[in-house]
Amino acid sequence: MRLRSQHLLGIDGMSAEEIELILDTAESLAEIGRREIKKVPTLRGKTVVNFFVEPSTRTRSSFELAEKRLSADALNFSPSMSSFAKGETLLDTARNLESMAPDFLVIRHGQAGAPHFLARHCSCSIINAGDGAHEHPTQALLDAFTIRRHKGRLRSLRVAIVGDILNSRVARSNVLLLGQLGADVTVCGPPTLLPKGMERLACRVTHRIDEALEGADVVMALRIQVERMRSGAFPSLREYAALYGVTGERLRGAAPDAIVMHPGPMNRGVEISGEVADGAQSVILEQVTNGVAVRMAVLYLLAGEVPREAAA
Amino acid sequence: MRLLLRGGRVVDPASSVDERLDLLLEDGRVVRADRGLAPDGAETLDVHGLVVCPGFLDMHVHLREPGQEWKETVESGTRAAAAGGFTGVACMPNTEPVHDTRSVTEYLVTRARSHGAVTVHPIGCVTKGQLGEELAEMHDMREAGARAFSDDGRPVSSSLVMRRALEYSRIFDVPIIDHCEDAVLVDGGVANEGVVATRMGLRGWPSIAEEIAVQRDLLLAEYTGGHVHIAHASTGRTIDLVREAKRRQVRATCEVTPHHLVLTDEAIAEYDTNAKMNPPLRAAEDCRALIQGLADGTVDAIATDHAPHHTDEKCVEFALAPFGVVGLETAVAICLDRLVQRGAIPLARLVELLTIGPARILRLDRGTLRPGAVADVTVLDLERTTTVRPEQFQSKGRNTPFGGWELRGAPVLTIVGGRVVHDAR
Repeated sequence: MRLRSQHLLGIDGMSAEEIELILDTAESLAEIGRREIKKVPTLRGKTVVNFFVEPSTRTRSSFELAEKRLSADALNFSPSMSSFAKGETLLDTARNLESMAPDFLVIRHGQAGAPHFLARHCSCSIINAGDGAHEHPTQALLDAFTIRRHKGRLRSLRVAIVGDILNSRVARSNVLLLGQLGADVTVCGPPTLLPKGMERLACRVTHRIDEALEGADVVMALRIQVERMRSGAFPSLREYAALYGVTGERLRGAAPDAIVMHPGPMNRGVEISGEVADGAQSVILEQVTNGVAVRMAVLYLLAGEVPREAAA
Repeated sequence: MRLLLRGGRVVDPASSVDERLDLLLEDGRVVRADRGLAPDGAETLDVHGLVVCPGFLDMHVHLREPGQEWKETVESGTRAAAAGGFTGVACMPNTEPVHDTRSVTEYLVTRARSHGAVTVHPIGCVTKGQLGEELAEMHDMREAGARAFSDDGRPVSSSLVMRRALEYSRIFDVPIIDHCEDAVLVDGGVANEGVVATRMGLRGWPSIAEEIAVQRDLLLAEYTGGHVHIAHASTGRTIDLVREAKRRQVRATCEVTPHHLVLTDEAIAEYDTNAKMNPPLRAAEDCRALIQGLADGTVDAIATDHAPHHTDEKCVEFALAPFGVVGLETAVAICLDRLVQRGAIPLARLVELLTIGPARILRLDRGTLRPGAVADVTVLDLERTTTVRPEQFQSKGRNTPFGGWELRGAPVLTIVGGRVVHDAR
């Protein structure tokens, strides 16, 4: 089996089989990261452009590491050093990048749909590394990978996603992915940060955190941005923390073996207490580790490589 | 100069005519429609099997001149109108400079005379600089030919200024056209607030932001006795509010666009900026309510909100693309195919919405084929099948969501003041 598309634009439109293929491939590639020589020659001679129009540390580093471990040549391109900052359009920038004949373009962009726009105009594989409030598919994949490792499955697991759902691409990709694989997802946040029609994306919606956390197998806290407070979505970080912070006390309502996740970067003491972030149930740093393997799997499969099990 | 249209089915809702008649035009006026008229030296056009209507009027277009000639000009926009079956267009004042003084009205009238393929009815600004603060010189602009006033895409946000505008406009008995949008509530929204925008991660433009503005305008019109015209109604609730207001005898009229009638927000699913406009495409139940409004008489006109943009301007990230779609060259075929052929409204009702409906709103002595009327004529072929080909548009704008659509029914002949300006029979 192979992926149907040459691009990874989002979880939207992916089948459960494709998602599982990526997760299984990541499982077999994860081992490379534990070797002494953390490198295989699979993508030797392939060029990947990491085109990050929005700041990112974790995702960009993770992609770069994945590319290097597969022996691809990585070119990092960010707006501060590019003509993009001089008013060149996204299309012209992309066409210029494409003239250098990359095999992959990994894009992080503040506007929803930017990767889809590029996919229509470029012939290389486009990988969405986060587009506005739309999707962040590799984050959802690494989250699913992490959950699967701990719980052995996704089907029928109770997952609570808490925070700024309105502006979160992580929430959207996770809702789509977890729903596709049969998990039971509840999203939770202040009504000012719950988008209209969310309940029609195969998830439950509530503004009561205790209701969301009750019996949850997975609790995912989302980063809250100070800019949202300024836009009037809530009065203060203090009040936000009081109402929606994932604390030890609240976590007691979840399943005893619940895991706690966060896509980072965290605001300690706001959406998640330090005690929970550093606690025994936290898998936040594992998410980062797993991110590299998942991104390796995505690159590997999009390059048209046959799944490893089949090859072996 | 005499012109005889022979053998067509004349549909003139203003005089309740729908029968097979010949139509004689002379010196820019209608002589009469009758059975078996002899050519008697007149140039004869055979229109057997075709439908002969009063010239269609599009009361909401953007000609982009002066100031944005790369998007459209009076010349290209009126050629698009002629090709689309329109004999007249009313053009919005959001030009550069904005049309808020007589000098711009005169410029438009002059350009239309020298370069216009169809009649142009300028719409002036309600307020100076389109800033929503002080009333513009309506009298002066009207003397020069302005037919209505509107601040268009930057609607008057102050209820006090809107009150004054509706009061002051009574002196001239002209409509104040409002693009109803509570901009604070829209808060940067780019797509209908709902599941589609949510799934796509786009900021929502809620229906309520239109409806609050509509209700404010209707109450102000009722209070002042002014005539408010609601531009491009896009939601079911807007239609309900207008219907109730009309029942209370409020001087209110409204228009809808073809795209809001036949497309839902699903059309933006691939981040297609050619389906991005303001107000945004709504839900299927809104489409149904708008069509109901056409059928029951709540809606007074179909207008395109023809908003040409350069391809480069539209070929960007969705949220950054300008709002607007072109419509002059697709409106009639869309309405014939999707509304008339499918039985949503009868042909005569569609003709009414494109002729006497908008003519009454703008107080134009047009929109009918009665003897003595201006010889503006639109001829339709209900059986002609066409495919929308944006690259062949007369308009400079290619930004249509209907590219590739195959449509049954098309305008085939356009006559302005007794002169053939487009003939695709």
